[in-house]
Amino acid sequence: MEGKNNIVFPAETLELVKKIIARYPEGKQKSALLPILHLAQAEWKWCSPEVMDYVASLLSIKAVEVYEVASFYTMFHLEPVGEHVIEYCRTGPCCLMGGVEVYDHLKKRLGVETGGTSADGKFTVKEVECLAACGWGPVFQIREKFYMHLTKEKVDQIIDELGK
Amino acid sequence: MKILTEHIEVPGIETIDVYRKHGGYQAVEKALKKMTPDEVTEEVKKSGLRGRGGAGFPVGMKWSFLAKPEGVPRYLVCNADESEPGTFKDHYLMWKSPHTLIEGMIVSSFALGANTSYIYVRGELMYVIHILEKAIQEAYDKGLLGKNILGSGYDLDLYVQSGGGAYICGEETALLESLEGKRGNPRNKPPFPAVKGLWQCPTVVNNVESIAATSWIVNNGGDAYAQIGIGRSTGTKLISASGHIRKPGVYEIPLGITVEDFIYSDEWCGGIREGHKLKAVVAGGSSVPILPAEMILTTASGEKRLMTYESLSDGGFATGTMLGSGGFIVMDETTCIVHNTLTFARFYHHESCGQCSPCREGTGWMDKVIKRIELGHGRKEDIDLLVDVAKKIEGNTICPLGDAAAWPVAAAIRHFRDEFEWHIEHPELATQPGAVYMRPGASWSN
Repeated sequence: MEGKNNIVFPAETLELVKKIIARYPEGKQKSALLPILHLAQAEWKWCSPEVMDYVASLLSIKAVEVYEVASFYTMFHLEPVGEHVIEYCRTGPCCLMGGVEVYDHLKKRLGVETGGTSADGKFTVKEVECLAACGWGPVFQIREKFYMHLTKEKVDQIIDELGK
Repeated sequence: MKILTEHIEVPGIETIDVYRKHGGYQAVEKALKKMTPDEVTEEVKKSGLRGRGGAGFPVGMKWSFLAKPEGVPRYLVCNADESEPGTFKDHYLMWKSPHTLIEGMIVSSFALGANTSYIYVRGELMYVIHILEKAIQEAYDKGLLGKNILGSGYDLDLYVQSGGGAYICGEETALLESLEGKRGNPRNKPPFPAVKGLWQCPTVVNNVESIAATSWIVNNGGDAYAQIGIGRSTGTKLISASGHIRKPGVYEIPLGITVEDFIYSDEWCGGIREGHKLKAVVAGGSSVPILPAEMILTTASGEKRLMTYESLSDGGFATGTMLGSGGFIVMDETTCIVHNTLTFARFYHHESCGQCSPCREGTGWMDKVIKRIELGHGRKEDIDLLVDVAKKIEGNTICPLGDAAAWPVAAAIRHFRDEFEWHIEHPELATQPGAVYMRPGASWSN
């Protein structure tokens, strides 16, 4: 099965999709939607309408069932994003540890406002709610990795490293 | 006394061999080979174990509500959607020692007669999902999962499900909706999940820590578990400690130590950070009422407050709070309560699923009104307006998110009204960087 604009998972991922669907009883394949949206986003960076249509076709569900779910959960990007998406925790415990000041520094360093992408297309900055890492704050996340105990210096190092 | 974290710092404990070397999976051997499902349930009932996700409902009793119609599958779903601000204990436990949860899942699934179980983990913890999946594969390879586990005739398949970033999915019916591939809108109850849960089949949803504790209970007996703690607060509890303390982190405490010990003892938080004094604590995750220093340390009747469900709630919301999820957020005198409350109000506004008008609209109002107070545009009537909005949300929604949003705002005003007033009356001072209202004569406890 192939989506528009040649959107199709690599064979290996398609195998994984099959395995995920097999976790649920016959006819309940819609349960695989969130795991597969994660795979799709890992593959194409963001959940474009074409990507979501493709996911719907894999699960034999209506496209709108994918749209309404993808737009409910904050992890799915419905707009194009930069190479690295920085998801910065803005909730109380991280703020107590100086999270606001570090966040302001990060935005200034990249020359972006919340939701924006740096001019070189490398970084998108998003505010997110509590990441369940409050004792290690301030924290942000890029893909699966947590960056903890952030300071302005540490942020600079991370940006230098990833921006190369 | 450590039950869940005794071996958590042992190198390699995330692998099944090291985990077994330290007594791991004995509970599976014992439960599946020597006990009946009802006997396991009976021990859990005797233990007095209460739901560790926040509600504190007795686990054994929840299990006993599970409907068991012939020919209909039953499910155990582990709630690992840990998202309550201040709470990171499940994250820590699954990351460090995934088999502790998997062992508990096998024992608990056996007790409930579930042959398929799911661990629903918040999607942000994708790296933890990989850790769990690797550990689950190890358990399959050793015959601890799959068909005819250890020759007992009991079959169990265990899967990890990823969430997509939504606090509301920590509410059990929203979690089930999400697991069915839908938006996380909570369901009306009844029917309760125990009767109609996942795919309309009888389902038990339990928190990570609750499920993990069942292995020790099987090994040592419910009575031994009930020996730990005080009264109806039995056993140990993982406390996530964050904020202005010397040693933030996750601590397993026997329920019943004093709050003072927990904050100041070197065994736990190690006191307030150098040169600062305790101002306030949110003891059980962002939704529980904030208490000023003197009230968190001492109950209204003058007794030392204890880390138990009962002692923390002593005095009701007038002078007490709740143990909740054990998300223990400590604030020193540099903390602006208005700003902190704003972050919580913004959180609930963002996380409201939008189904119920009081919550959808009310969380937005609270966020907006506190924001304008914080930014120096507050109006005199705003404080009463906030109290009014909070009251109108509380108790008027399908799920407890409404209450969880209303309580922190109401409590912040109850105990720190003068800070809100100061922001409104002196915006030029309150909006200075780092500005914090100092109550006249305030003597924050050491």
